[in-house]
Amino acid sequence: MTTNRRALMALFAGGLLVPGRVRAAAAGDTDRWPDLARLIFPGEVLRDGASVVEIDAPYRAEDAAVVPVTLRTTLDARTPLQVRKITLVIDANPVPVAATFTLGPEAGIDRIATRVRVDDYTNIHAVAELSDGALYAASRFVKAAGGCSAPALKQTAGDIPLGTLRFRGFPANDTGLREAQVMVRHPNYSGMQMDQISRLYIPADFVQSLRIHQADRLLLTIEGGISVSENPSFRFSFRPGEGKTFRVEAADSQGRQFSTTFPAEPAA
Amino acid sequence: MLRCTISYFIDNEPAGAMRRTGRIVRRSGRVLAAAWMCALAATAVCPAGAQVPFAIRQIADGDYAHFGRIALTSSENLGDIANLGIVIGRDAAAVIDTGGSVAVGEAALAALRQVTGKPLRYVINTHEHPDHLFGNAAFALPGVTFVGHANLPASIREHGPFYLHSFRDLLGADEIARVRLIPPAVLVTDTMELDLGGRTLLLTAWHQAAHTDCDLTVLDEQTHTLFAGDLVFLDHVPVIDGSLKGWLDVLPRLAAMNAERVVPGHGLWVAPWPAALDDERRYLLAIQADARRLIASGTPLADAVPHIGESERTRWRLFDDYNPRNATAAFSELEWE
Repeated sequence: MTTNRRALMALFAGGLLVPGRVRAAAAGDTDRWPDLARLIFPGEVLRDGASVVEIDAPYRAEDAAVVPVTLRTTLDARTPLQVRKITLVIDANPVPVAATFTLGPEAGIDRIATRVRVDDYTNIHAVAELSDGALYAASRFVKAAGGCSAPALKQTAGDIPLGTLRFRGFPANDTGLREAQVMVRHPNYSGMQMDQISRLYIPADFVQSLRIHQADRLLLTIEGGISVSENPSFRFSFRPGEGKTFRVEAADSQGRQFSTTFPAEPAA
Repeated sequence: MLRCTISYFIDNEPAGAMRRTGRIVRRSGRVLAAAWMCALAATAVCPAGAQVPFAIRQIADGDYAHFGRIALTSSENLGDIANLGIVIGRDAAAVIDTGGSVAVGEAALAALRQVTGKPLRYVINTHEHPDHLFGNAAFALPGVTFVGHANLPASIREHGPFYLHSFRDLLGADEIARVRLIPPAVLVTDTMELDLGGRTLLLTAWHQAAHTDCDLTVLDEQTHTLFAGDLVFLDHVPVIDGSLKGWLDVLPRLAAMNAERVVPGHGLWVAPWPAALDDERRYLLAIQADARRLIASGTPLADAVPHIGESERTRWRLFDDYNPRNATAAFSELEWE
């Protein structure tokens, strides 16, 4: 074990004393997480991720169809380890794995924000995989507001074609990172609604994968599921490179592929 | 489970509503007809035994309205939070929206029976939301035809199971068990006239998503009374579940309708037309302006929401219950501009 590894172990000592400790659902329901964790990460040990990844989400989701969730990596700067992958799980949703983010090794991503559908009162989990393969889980409780917002397709004006990609860059912050937002025009249809007459499920149609490059440098790969909101949006920080273009490639569950190259805006 | 009583009483409009009425009258320069000639009260008895008083008020010749509370659905109010309409022609009657539970629907049906012996021919649902159609089962009777926007069946299919699930805690399992999601048998794709005998109802299916993507209005062409469903909110903060831009596009055409007064989908009074749209238009424009400014400045959604619509806070009831989700909807719609 290297010194750095030992330092990291010390950082996580609190968590390691209670492996896999996650907060139970505040609702009276049984906590689904132990079973879910076994299904999604078979044979893996999940350590307390409080000092690796943070989830920022409203306690009360105002619009169950568009719940903003931000994941931040909080690894101590002294460790050479990096977050390689983050899996976002919405425990109570029909398909709990909302998205898996694979961070480019040189991308320097420390923040990813997206919007998800939340079906119920639920814990949200973020499981970070470090470059040494260890898994760390953090959780947060979200109470979806009932009422008028159904987490299903709203008919939107057809003036923007399905598959349209947008890219927006934001100026560097004081840590030298930049931010970018990638948006995909797509209903991200969940397929969970049953036709009340035919009793058949309407097939899902959602954005399955997204790859974002700056020139040849892979920044971020996203595997998405039906829990991501309609017109998926991902905003992330990254270490700016020299590449003059950003390329976004997307594929959906119906086999459609979309890609667009965007000019890199001058760093403000 | 229903016990109906009739009582005639002088207008019992809440003081706050009267104040608002006076303001609108001054602004529009029009005199609001003293149309509340009488009212009828029925009492719904919910399974738990709690009584929910239910009143209808005559607002024009042959037109009646029930004003739901300005509140969120609860087991105490049984979802009696939306306004309902009754129109009586020479030959038949029509009901516009059925309330947020079967108990409310039953109370509305009992009230209808107190004012006319004519057969009920049509039940018109103005859109998909539970507070407007969870009472449909009370009207599933021989000779009754359900009417709605051409998009309504799909909306009920896609969102209905979610509504049943998410309203279970609010209404209680017993009331939810009685709800039947009854889609319209007659679909309106553009406009349609329904004849009640000497009285025609002009139904307009709005094509653009606005409050929802299945908004339908009902105009009594004899009395020029518009039953606007949730395309018109008064006092109760508007709720955007369709499209902000679509709603703003619909407003001028809605305002051009040949109406003298409107029964809003939410709000405790009958308002002169089209001045009734002023508050709602101002709110929607404020939301739009705030969202556009924050999008332009690169503010992320979660940080922007608390700043959208704040100038409207003191002007509406239930602001904190709905404004943040309106702000969320507006932001995610407008960032594609």
